[in-house]
Amino acid sequence: MGNRIIEHPILPILEREKIPFYWNGTKYFGFKNEMISSALFANGIKVFGHHHKGGSAQGIFCANGQCAKCSVIVDGVLMKSCMTIVKPEMKVESVEGLPKLPQTGKHKISEIEELEYDVLIIGGGPAGLSAAIQLGKHKIKTLLIDDKGELGGKLVLQTHKFFGSQEDSFAGTRGNEIGKKLAQQITEFPEITIWKNSTALFVFKDKKVGILNNDIYKLVKPKIILNAAGAREKFLRFKGNSLAGIYGAGAFQTLVNRDLVRPTKRLFIVGGGNVGLIAGYHALQAGIEVVGLVEAMPKCGGYKVHADKLARLGVPIYTSHSVLQANGKETIESVTISQIDDKFNPVKGTEKTFDCDTLLIAVGLESVSEFTDEAETAGIRVLSAGDAKEIAEASSAMFNGKIAGLKIAKEIDPNVEKIPQSWFDKAEILKKEAGKTYDYNITEIEEGILPIIHCLQEIPCNPCSTVCPTNSIFMKGDPIMDLPHFEGKCIGCGKCVAVCPGLAITLVDYRKNAENPTVTLPYEISNHKVLVGDEVRCVDIDGKELGTFSVTQILDVKVNNRTQLIKLKAHKNIAKKIVSFQIQKAEVSQQKETEIQHTSDEEMVCLCERVTAKDVRDLVRNGVSDINQIKAITRAGMGPCGAKSCDNLIKQILRREGVPNEEIEPNTRRPVFVEVPLGKFADGGKI
Amino acid sequence: MKTFDVIIIGAGSVGVPLALSLAERKQKVLVIDACASVGQENNKKAIGGIRATHSDFGKIKVSQKSIEIFSTWQEKYGDDIGWMANGYSFPAYTEADETKLKNLMKIQHSFGLNIEWISPEEYEKLVPGICVENLQGATYSPNDGSASPLLAINAFYQKSLEFGAEYKFKEKVVDLKIVNGEISQVITDKSEYSAKIVVNAAGNNAKEIGELMGINLPVIPDSHEGAITEPVERFFEPMVVDMRPIKGSANYYFYQNNEGQVIFCITPSPPIFGTDSDSTSTFLPQVAKRMVQLFPKLANLKVRRTWRGQYPMTPDGFPIVGKSREISNLINAVGMCGQGYMLGPGLGELIAKIVLNELSEDDKKALKSFDPYRDFTGMEAFK
Repeated sequence: MGNRIIEHPILPILEREKIPFYWNGTKYFGFKNEMISSALFANGIKVFGHHHKGGSAQGIFCANGQCAKCSVIVDGVLMKSCMTIVKPEMKVESVEGLPKLPQTGKHKISEIEELEYDVLIIGGGPAGLSAAIQLGKHKIKTLLIDDKGELGGKLVLQTHKFFGSQEDSFAGTRGNEIGKKLAQQITEFPEITIWKNSTALFVFKDKKVGILNNDIYKLVKPKIILNAAGAREKFLRFKGNSLAGIYGAGAFQTLVNRDLVRPTKRLFIVGGGNVGLIAGYHALQAGIEVVGLVEAMPKCGGYKVHADKLARLGVPIYTSHSVLQANGKETIESVTISQIDDKFNPVKGTEKTFDCDTLLIAVGLESVSEFTDEAETAGIRVLSAGDAKEIAEASSAMFNGKIAGLKIAKEIDPNVEKIPQSWFDKAEILKKEAGKTYDYNITEIEEGILPIIHCLQEIPCNPCSTVCPTNSIFMKGDPIMDLPHFEGKCIGCGKCVAVCPGLAITLVDYRKNAENPTVTLPYEISNHKVLVGDEVRCVDIDGKELGTFSVTQILDVKVNNRTQLIKLKAHKNIAKKIVSFQIQKAEVSQQKETEIQHTSDEEMVCLCERVTAKDVRDLVRNGVSDINQIKAITRAGMGPCGAKSCDNLIKQILRREGVPNEEIEPNTRRPVFVEVPLGKFADGGKI
Repeated sequence: MKTFDVIIIGAGSVGVPLALSLAERKQKVLVIDACASVGQENNKKAIGGIRATHSDFGKIKVSQKSIEIFSTWQEKYGDDIGWMANGYSFPAYTEADETKLKNLMKIQHSFGLNIEWISPEEYEKLVPGICVENLQGATYSPNDGSASPLLAINAFYQKSLEFGAEYKFKEKVVDLKIVNGEISQVITDKSEYSAKIVVNAAGNNAKEIGELMGINLPVIPDSHEGAITEPVERFFEPMVVDMRPIKGSANYYFYQNNEGQVIFCITPSPPIFGTDSDSTSTFLPQVAKRMVQLFPKLANLKVRRTWRGQYPMTPDGFPIVGKSREISNLINAVGMCGQGYMLGPGLGELIAKIVLNELSEDDKKALKSFDPYRDFTGMEAFK
């Protein structure tokens, strides 16, 4: 079990029961209640089979039950390994080519149960849970479904402290803890029925929603639907993009933060939005080397504090760069990046190649809008919230979920109170992207003790201002978006340092030694253990080295937090500039010197049916530009995932080939959302 | 105004192979369709079965021609359209069905079709795992088969382009100008065209196109739903047609296609009229119950996608193909009753011969069954 995370700064490592299972005849161990995919990764198995078209290696991709790239044969039946719990003595086999028809025992036939609810919430993430709380408060008969075994959605995967405001969205609390809190709250309402392990398959025209509830098919007839199904990750075209070991941030975080598996030793990240930046931070927390990160734009799209955090710890961020190709035979062995010009074309001569075993794709999200469209077609009143409505932070999802919940409650029961205008105002702020970046405005004061705020970009975040016991940190203008300022009295409690999600506040204490004041830094990478007396290479906000200093004291912030406060002494000339210290050695990010062993020319758009960009481009150049005709000819979009990844990529190619956007027809979408065994529709689970 | 030899309204199962047949014969052809590309209405919803084992001379003749075209396409032109001679089978679970099928076989044999009666044991070999309880035997016609509707129509389309056929997509025919009992102009929402001959191959919209000219075509679409599973290794060969009607549905049928996917559809009873193609919650449980009872092995096979399409039905279950008496330059090729895909290529050849006045006596005999001016009181015995 060499790829288990045995120590984590944030996540508790609990004793788990070992489960023996077989992989292609060899005995391995997983943990109780763990998905097969994670058990395999924990045992170093990353290739789960080979595609029946062309034999390319298959492995994890979404880890979210949406695609089928991680399929394995479980006791004779083809299953998604990311959605199937490992059981004792299970015989798991790789899928080599087309699988055989699974054999069956006795089948049952019974009626499908039909149920009625006032409200159906699809998705138990931050938005869905927040809406359910409102509906529960107003005693509205609601069914909340989620396809996972644990509520919280992607909050479950978030080990970092949240932004937003404390009062509205638990800012400063870690995502996974927020998820637990919300999930706990909705259990207090008897009117809320919760179905975990339940996937909505389609909102049918006859106003019934087909749901696979713990493997039993049911039909639910709601008056109102709230689509809180979140978002899916976008994929990217580049040569070699279908090698095993290339997958999304969601899959990565699922393996690392939910299942405590270390899926990679050397990670490279594509995408400098918050998702990619945070995933890089999570990787460091899990003891994974982060070789580098590329971002196509001249600046990272994510919050500056997230990018700064990564850079300070020693991860190079290559802006105006993109992936040229992934190299490898079956799994990725190295990645070649290059600079790109303003038209996103690679600049010759700027290629750099790095060894890595995993490439994480974090190039944006798109709303899971199907259920909204289907409900509208069926004529069911439907609202959406969270990422299903618009892509934003979880703090925003919680807030607009809350609004949607109350709105629905009012539609069902006109006596429900009006939604306060302040909620809408707050929702607007929370969904805002990062605003302006300002220059440092460091105080000249060199006496007493005071916080130094290294937060230079307007983001919707304010917990520092709410924890300060002397109310000396505040926003000058907008109470959330504005930059925090310190003015007044600092008692040196360190609360602001510990709470800041961006790890962007330090304390400088001149009281004992004005020449060499004590600097207090937040730290949460305990895999790289820092002890008193250690020499650490301190850096400024951008990661520039300021010198090596020895740690004089370490304080653990236990309450709800697990951030360490590291103290050291530095000369007054630089004390205010120190934000953090490097932990990752420069060698990690060195370019590859040896030759590339394996390369691939295949630039895949449809991973399910193995359709390349060239296949599509050739058709377009031959006059075939209707996406549904491209689908008919190439089968792109006809695979198990249902065009969830290729739709965007094909549209990109169409646009690049000069097909006007307004002429691109929508890809026809049909039931079902995920594949379901035929027998499930024949048996409603009643005897 | 652009002028053509033939304008075909509808780039579907009938229109596209017809365009190919005509273009091959050096006719200047224009095909007009409101959709964005070929086969976007009911063609892509066909499950792909192609059989000659009907009970009527006309359908048999036309389908035989179609099978010839489908089965030799790859050899002739190189593109794989997924043709497989996997055969059709009709298992009988009651004596009455056995009698019915055997009586039909007599007619089919009289037309020289290759169809035989096989024992339950033989059938089990062909479809391993099929329910054998009360199985009386089955018909099996090994020369029937299947091909991918998606690949086939695109292959026909590409080939027709090579022969010079033209297409206008996203153009809707809004009017047909009649002068002296003849269509003088085909008017679309974007332009207008003229042609010596106009063919109405408008599928679901056949009746509306007729109405533009003041003629009544008794074509009423009814809806059917279909689905496809994940692919697995081949585990049975022929199309299986379960002809037993039960409450809510008449027959249903399925086969394993060239990709290894099981593809199936069911005939609702009573029929659901209209062209609404949005899926309903009724279909999956209805068809799944019947399929896993008949063939329990299918229970673990995952359903990938479902869809809904229409059979443009005529009162007697036979297509309407032939020259119009009211409009001198109009040919109708409508009301395919769910068999447009398998009849299309054969009909394309026949209609091209109508256009060019090249019909043989045998062709004329075949077309009798589809005569637009028949009384529509009969009913096909074996749909």
